[in-house]
Amino acid sequence: MNFLALLWVALRALSRHRMRALLTALGIIIGVGAFITMVAIGRGATKKVNAQIASMGSNMLVVFGGSSQSAGVRGGSGSSGNLTDGDVEAIRKHCDAVRAAAPVVSSNAQVMWSGANWSTSITGTTPDYLTIRDWKVERGSSFGARDVDTANKVCVIGQTVVEQLFGAEEPLGQTLRVRSITCEVIGVLAKKGQNQMGQDQDDTILMPINTVRRKLFNAGPSGASRLANTQTTVITTGTTAAAAPTAAGSSGLDRVQRIMLSAQSAADTKRAAQQTQELLRQRKNTSEGDPADPTVRDLTEFAEAAQEATRTMTLLLAGIAAVSLIVGGIGIMNIMLVSVTERTREIGIRMAIGAKGHHILLQFLFEAMLLTIAGGFIGMAIGTMAAQAFAKQMDWPVELGAASYTIGFSFSTVVGLLFGFYPAWRASRLDPIDALRYE
Amino acid sequence: MSPDNIGPQALIAVRDLRKTYDMGGEQVHALAGVTLQIERGDFVAVMGPSGSGKSTFMNLVGCLDRPTSGEYLLDGIAVSSLSRDERAEVRNRKIGFVFQGFNLLARTSARENVELPLAYAGVKAAERFKRATVALEHVGLASRAGHHPNQMSGGQQQRVAIARALVTNAPLILADEPTGNLDSKTSEEVMELLCRMNAERGVTIVLVTHEPDIAEFAARVIAFRDGKVEVDRRNEHRRGAPARERASTEVRP
Repeated sequence: MNFLALLWVALRALSRHRMRALLTALGIIIGVGAFITMVAIGRGATKKVNAQIASMGSNMLVVFGGSSQSAGVRGGSGSSGNLTDGDVEAIRKHCDAVRAAAPVVSSNAQVMWSGANWSTSITGTTPDYLTIRDWKVERGSSFGARDVDTANKVCVIGQTVVEQLFGAEEPLGQTLRVRSITCEVIGVLAKKGQNQMGQDQDDTILMPINTVRRKLFNAGPSGASRLANTQTTVITTGTTAAAAPTAAGSSGLDRVQRIMLSAQSAADTKRAAQQTQELLRQRKNTSEGDPADPTVRDLTEFAEAAQEATRTMTLLLAGIAAVSLIVGGIGIMNIMLVSVTERTREIGIRMAIGAKGHHILLQFLFEAMLLTIAGGFIGMAIGTMAAQAFAKQMDWPVELGAASYTIGFSFSTVVGLLFGFYPAWRASRLDPIDALRYE
Repeated sequence: MSPDNIGPQALIAVRDLRKTYDMGGEQVHALAGVTLQIERGDFVAVMGPSGSGKSTFMNLVGCLDRPTSGEYLLDGIAVSSLSRDERAEVRNRKIGFVFQGFNLLARTSARENVELPLAYAGVKAAERFKRATVALEHVGLASRAGHHPNQMSGGQQQRVAIARALVTNAPLILADEPTGNLDSKTSEEVMELLCRMNAERGVTIVLVTHEPDIAEFAARVIAFRDGKVEVDRRNEHRRGAPARERASTEVRP
């Protein structure tokens, strides 16, 4: 008996008990369907998390200065304000795992335009910042190195600022008032959305770092002429807190609150962190544990943790689906054992007229596999529909991959093979005389 | 003819065939040493009361069971030493079975039932179809090829079973009470069909029956009692078509 003949025999046998076949396959249908849906949802979650991570920047690291201590009161990390433009230059020059570095000073400020006003975060930095954060300028252009050098009063604004200040008006070429200085809008940033903490990343204004340090901070409400003093009045975002006025040597105009770095590649982030840490320790003459020791944070660690969480979730969901597949397989085995018993006489007839053991074995094995494979395909269809319905209802991204279909199909085949084998083997070992006599 | 004279001319040759069952520690000798030969083209009726050993004998001759001891040559093949699958192949090639209860596959057409042994023999579909059609013509059921067993009378079903037994051109047909479930008129039709196949095609028929008038169709009658052959005689007054002339064989255990 060839493959097709066996298939035909199995199909005929199943078609005699359609309802039973359907109910038997239901376990597999649910198992495979659940598997497809769960994996799609899990992968959707991974995709969502990955998108958030990508929005943060590519292979990003952040350097904070050490903490300060004044009269027994300790500041947070970065409070010593001991990072300078020189450190940024040194990192660029000596750390080969670092692709780009950008100094950052930031502050919150009230901005005004034509009667509207809005409080937002002002970030003073260099053009590299956009590369590191993987951020595009949607319209207009970014400021260049010359704008930084000459402290030009230009800015690039985020989408939220556009909405709040300009509404439907065209912001390009307009002049904003930030605190007491005026500043021309030369570019609008592309939308970036929330970061992982739910912060609106589009609620920001980017300016050349020197503009912020020399002009904005000096024009602060306190009227102080030095950055260090100004900083005490500035409400800063993130971990940068007010710094004690202990500028070491420099005028304070080259000081930065933090340095953003991007590593050459995802694999290089650890090395980049290490190189930067070592370099800065050398330059600041600090060691681990020192309050003034700068901190390098690898933001990809957060990303990895988040990815790990979604991976665990996907595995868990897939595990649940696998359990239901096994339960389905036991259902198949049960029904196949019943079927073999019911058809003992048929088996006897087949054996009497020349069926060998493997003919009977294959006949029943094919039947079981036909059930599970058909169930698998139906399950895939239902699982796909369920995933799409879920995506629509819950506004959750789902990702249906070829891999989960391949796994779903192989799973249903293997379940049929595994759980169909024992009943089929029992059938093939029946004694023909007993089988023929069976009523 | 001496029992030592087992030769290739006999289709069935058994010597000192024994089958012992263990029934709760007690040894039951279902077959207690049977020696006989059945020539090609013969028509033999096997008789005996229940428990006489005739069913055990038929199971052994039909290669459905293995003897406890003794020799059995079927068409020159020493069947006793074969494995399960090898016996299945011998059954497929050498034996056609006709049962009391017809034993056709339900919900399967007459033609497919007849094709089944050919399928297990690995015959291609087109060839199977052709040979099944011819076999059904031989038993007069060509017009019923597409019918399922439950759409046919008992006599028709038994003729389909005979077609299934003939289709492989096996040299031996084992008929186990083939008329047990049929009325007397249909029984005679079936017996006449068997006689005709025996006469026309030279197929050897071994028939188990407990009805003397059915045994009258056979050329030779073997009666069992207590696991041994009690009577083995040629039938002088055969009913139906006479079998071809052959050497008279009288074997006593």
